[in-house]
Amino acid sequence: MMEDLERLLREHDFLKGLSPEHTRLLVSCAKNVRFASGDFLLREGAAANTFFLIRVGHVALEVGVPARGVVQMETVGPGDVLGLSWLIPPYRSHLDARAVEPVVALAFDGTCLRGKMAADHELGFWLALRLFEKAHARLERVRLQRIDVYGAP
Amino acid sequence: MRPTVRQGKWGRVGVADRATLSRARFARLLEVLREDGYQLVGPTVRGGAIVHEVIDGIDDLPEGWTDTQEGGTYRLVRRDDRALFGFSVGPQSYKPFFFAATVSLWRARRQDGSFVVLDKTRTLPRLALVGARSCDLHGLAIQDKILLEGSFADPEYEARRRGTFVVAVNCGHAGGTCFCVSMQTGPRVTRGFDLALTELLDADGHRFVVEVGSDAGALVLARVDHEETSEADRGAADGVVARTASSMGRTLDTDGIKELLYRNVDHPRWDDVAGRCLACTNCTLVCPTCFCSTVEDVLDVDGESTERVQRWDSCFTMDHSHLHGGSVRPSIRSRYRQWLTHKVASWIDQFGMSGCVGCGRCITWCPVGIDITEEVAAIRLTDKGA
Amino acid sequence: MTWIPEPARVLRVHQETADTFTLHFDVKTGGCRFTPGQFNMVYLFGVGEVPISISGDPSEPEALVHTIRAVGTVTTAMKSVKRGSTLGIRGPYGNGWPIEEALGKDIIVVAGGLGIAPLRSLVYLLLNRRSDFGAVTILVGARSPADIVYRAEIERWRRRADATILVTVDHAGRDWTGEVGVVTALLDRVPIQADRTIAMTCGPEVMMRFTTRALVARGVPSERIFLALERNMKCALRFCGHCQYRETFVCKDGPVLRLDRIEQLLWQREI
Repeated sequence: MMEDLERLLREHDFLKGLSPEHTRLLVSCAKNVRFASGDFLLREGAAANTFFLIRVGHVALEVGVPARGVVQMETVGPGDVLGLSWLIPPYRSHLDARAVEPVVALAFDGTCLRGKMAADHELGFWLALRLFEKAHARLERVRLQRIDVYGAP
Repeated sequence: MRPTVRQGKWGRVGVADRATLSRARFARLLEVLREDGYQLVGPTVRGGAIVHEVIDGIDDLPEGWTDTQEGGTYRLVRRDDRALFGFSVGPQSYKPFFFAATVSLWRARRQDGSFVVLDKTRTLPRLALVGARSCDLHGLAIQDKILLEGSFADPEYEARRRGTFVVAVNCGHAGGTCFCVSMQTGPRVTRGFDLALTELLDADGHRFVVEVGSDAGALVLARVDHEETSEADRGAADGVVARTASSMGRTLDTDGIKELLYRNVDHPRWDDVAGRCLACTNCTLVCPTCFCSTVEDVLDVDGESTERVQRWDSCFTMDHSHLHGGSVRPSIRSRYRQWLTHKVASWIDQFGMSGCVGCGRCITWCPVGIDITEEVAAIRLTDKGA
Repeated sequence: MTWIPEPARVLRVHQETADTFTLHFDVKTGGCRFTPGQFNMVYLFGVGEVPISISGDPSEPEALVHTIRAVGTVTTAMKSVKRGSTLGIRGPYGNGWPIEEALGKDIIVVAGGLGIAPLRSLVYLLLNRRSDFGAVTILVGARSPADIVYRAEIERWRRRADATILVTVDHAGRDWTGEVGVVTALLDRVPIQADRTIAMTCGPEVMMRFTTRALVARGVPSERIFLALERNMKCALRFCGHCQYRETFVCKDGPVLRLDRIEQLLWQREI
């Protein structure tokens, strides 16, 4: 089982390039999880203590806006990461994340991950930089989205 | 007297390549052109400037006038002689005669649920340009290339341009803003003319040394009494041109100018000129080569007939780059940059030559005296990409 | 090349989205032969003319199709065009997408908003001549689900096994179960063999800037990335001077432009 999990970690796009030793370190923080369509992976305002690597299916990041309804910000899918707030105090999610179809993911316990990163700074640096890359790319996409290029002139 | 010549380029027509016309015979030359059915277009004084108009003959020419020109300034000044062409260029080139400011392109009428475009007839006079300067002839050649030699040949321009007779004049007076020498477009007329005159006015009288430039020119000259040009007069005529060439009001260094402008898109000089430019479009109006136009579709009150009208336009307007509810070039900075870059740089990539003929009109007629030679020099001075 | 439009009768009007509609024309004998990427000047009697790309199947030139978004005076007046109305057509003008160059290669098409209109005729060609090309990927971005032009047709394309079609929207409410996010995000899902890929994109200029950047980041060379640029067009004859993009006349040298030739200009403001 542990070997299977380790393989799943190694195969995920996010962890490509991480040394086999460091990957093994992460296995004890991880489990393979499934969600049905409509299930919430994260909830706005709730404690954020899980880091997800999406393997199968799409998840919608959304916000409930009074009188406007639910606004979808972005969808993430296979190969993407979900959840950044587990690394930043006060560890609270600022978005809802809802499975729009059946989802399979690797779920990492936040406390465990933070502990491993603090104990092994090489691992910590690698993960932090990789997460920063993801956040940076997302920031660029969000900025383009915000320009509303297709909007009526 | 009419010397008969058999040799030389125009020998078969009976004229030499050079002849001398007295002032009176020059007047006769103009009459011959009118007899041939040409409408004479020449310089004349109106409203304090020397403009191009349809003229009747020699009496309409600005005898005894010259001009002083500087950035944002133009004044006529009396000469102390009776020279007929003792001035440089006025506000207009020949552009309005060939690339007309307003043209009806076509008319159409609704018919049976569809529409039909009506046939068009044009009766346009053949023009004889009197006193055409080298810079303006280069301007015409440039517009010929753009408007006649592309994949769309403009029938309106062609109809007006066809059969034009050119009596050119070699400038005897360099304007304060002239820089044809820098642009290699003058002052000597070298192309696009039927006859080219150099005016001489001295103790030997008021006369014109005429150079023949075409068969048509030779044939017209052959019908007017003329003298053989003396060696002294040949020298005098060359001297006139040489003096003009050495007294240019401005210079423009065209070395690598395309790349210079292309790589200095963010040069601070653009902000500087933007603080002065009013986007009034005067420069594009007076420029011999500016060719931007727009079209309007006009509907009759009953909605049954329509007309498409073409008008001069200018890249200095907000409308020029209008796209999806906004302008691609909303700032005057970008519009001045567009105009200057196009004129002296992009034009070269588009048409194989500069768009500027060094006539200096944009400098003279700019209300705030912006000087393109000064702007280019300023950019060159602190070239970002050198 | 002429200023004079040919009358063409409208056979059918189809509303695509709230502000976008498609006109199907009956063209006189011979049809309107065109290359995908080209456009016509479409004329409304007495009102004016606008450049509209040709969105139909290039193998069916008798069926001329134009998709129009009501954004200005003329296109808004065209909203009242009905079946049987006669408009004027002048063209086709412009260069087209580089079909010859694309033969045998993997194609990535990225369409943003109404940018899908000049790309649809290309897609028809790619799907009609499927075996002439390598992998075919079509990425479509729109403002919201209600703004997806050709939505039903895109759904039909998605059912094909021989092409990858992905759709995303910038904004969505709860009822959209597809992807949400900018169209460049879809590129992350697509495996790219850069050395055999050619990309063609059309949409708002900002979207094309981000898209070309994302493609270059994936290794696709600038010489094999093509954009369809838009500028103010009055004549389409390289005559009136309005459509200039520095030395490029978009109506004649474009609208399809190769990225490496305009890369410096793309990031400049107010060119």
